[in-house]
Amino acid sequence: MNTEAGQGAALEPPERFALQTQNLRKVFGSKVAVRGLSLCVRRGEIFGFLGPNGAGKSTSIKMLLGLVKPTAGEATVLGAPLGDVHVRRKIGFLPEDFRFYDWLTGAELLALHGRLAGVPASKLCERVPALLELVGLTPHRDKRLQNYSKGMHQRIGLAQALIHEPELIFLDEPTSGLDPMGRRLVRDILRAQRDRGATVFLNSHLLSEIEITCDQVVFIRDGEVVTSRDLRRQQEEEIRVVVRGRKLNQEHVAGLAPWTTSAQLQDEQLTLTTRSHDSLPSILRLLVEKGAEVYQFTPQRLSLEELFVQIMGEDRGL
Amino acid sequence: MALWIMAGITFREAARKKILWTALIAGFGFLVVFGLGLHYQLDDFSRGDMSAFLRYQILSAMLMVGLYTVDLLAVVMTILTSVDTISGEIASGTIQAIATKPMARWEVVVGKWLGFTGMLAVYVAMMFGGTLGVGYWIGGVTAQHPVRGGFLVFLECILALTVTFMFGTWFSTLTNGVIVLGLHGLAFLGGWLEQMSGFAEGSRLVLLGVLSSLVMPSEAIWRRAAFEMESPLAGSLQFSPFADISVPSYTMIGYAVVYLVIALSIAIYHFHQRDL
Repeated sequence: MNTEAGQGAALEPPERFALQTQNLRKVFGSKVAVRGLSLCVRRGEIFGFLGPNGAGKSTSIKMLLGLVKPTAGEATVLGAPLGDVHVRRKIGFLPEDFRFYDWLTGAELLALHGRLAGVPASKLCERVPALLELVGLTPHRDKRLQNYSKGMHQRIGLAQALIHEPELIFLDEPTSGLDPMGRRLVRDILRAQRDRGATVFLNSHLLSEIEITCDQVVFIRDGEVVTSRDLRRQQEEEIRVVVRGRKLNQEHVAGLAPWTTSAQLQDEQLTLTTRSHDSLPSILRLLVEKGAEVYQFTPQRLSLEELFVQIMGEDRGL
Repeated sequence: MALWIMAGITFREAARKKILWTALIAGFGFLVVFGLGLHYQLDDFSRGDMSAFLRYQILSAMLMVGLYTVDLLAVVMTILTSVDTISGEIASGTIQAIATKPMARWEVVVGKWLGFTGMLAVYVAMMFGGTLGVGYWIGGVTAQHPVRGGFLVFLECILALTVTFMFGTWFSTLTNGVIVLGLHGLAFLGGWLEQMSGFAEGSRLVLLGVLSSLVMPSEAIWRRAAFEMESPLAGSLQFSPFADISVPSYTMIGYAVVYLVIALSIAIYHFHQRDL
């Protein structure tokens, strides 16, 4: 299925994309895990990958990382075909429910992952303490992972994904098990990664996190992209406002023209659209000053969660 | 490079998890018991009037029993310590963070294999050397070709390791353990059936033993090692349970090496092909 991201991709040079897939498909026995995934992820953006349980998200990520071989379809990751070993030097990955050798200490784990990713020992001397500090684990650097809490595991897992300063970072449920402070830390880290030019591919069930972190999201169902949203442009999209009040009239509608793109009055309800949140106080002030007795003023923009439910439907009891 | 990192981490894991140290401490306990046994045997000899020749043969037989115990311990330790290394990491998902690093999948398998091989080399050298040392120090007996014997026992351990790796790329830890221990049991039984055939001159027993050795040649390697270590006289006089009644040929040892190489190749190939 074509998506907005996919349609835009046709007009842009391939080097602008960190990731491109075309009808990627995976079948396990008789079960179709991913039906035909087609998407494009631009470099330098935080990309949200959304879908209900069993939608094929983790399998898709595993295919992109070369852990699972696709049954059909094509994909390039940082310009290289799937399974290319050398390109992995530029890729970081935090698996869902991160597990590693729990007999290692936090510092040893990062050093090991750094070495496996090809980071020189001299650089690791700086990177390991810096990342431990970044994820707030400096006091626990010499503690074995078996003594880490779930949240600490997530933090050290995130640090190992970043140890080699990757260009593309796959994060599968990175905020799982984290407290609000931890989630905020992850958000800040992701933004910092984007600011340094890295691309982040984020799979999370926490839609509120996705909404405030991601630039672009796609919704997948049954292993296919259903639709996509550019969350940066969503800020510029029109806002629908429902106003209920007494003494509303056409004079009010005419007075709102500088801020609204449409306005419709019916009995005690005025429905209008505006392009900016900034206009809302002015609209309300004008209505009150012109004598309207407003008892409801509701801006309506679908949250990502509402959009998710609208697209995916109600829980089908998976 | 990544290959050696994996080998190093595997070796370190054994040391950090106290597997290696526990095995060595248990091995030390075995050496103490073995040394005490030899000591008491010598003490009993001093009270009788047994000939020096017979004493030497009995002590040599005891040394062979000690070396056989080392062989058994080494093979069982090999299987127990390595049975979880691939299948367990696949099941737990630990392998995912490793296999997405810039390294080929064969490097993961061979790196781990090398790590275990290094650990086994240390274990076999210490246990084998310790048993021979105790035998010589207390009983004054030694093996005929200890280096050849030691290498063959090491080969047997690597064979068990490789088969464990191979099935580990297919099956869960428990299933893998059952299969590999079952195969070793089959080889053990086959080897003894073949040995028994020498007494009964039964060609069907020999055939059954050879077939078992072809399925899993681990016990055949031990019997060749025993033949190499036992003195020719003791072997031909059948002073020990490892008398050279049915000695596996060098062709069988060659077969075991080819078997090992094929098993490692299958492990690498299947790990490369499978989804993680």
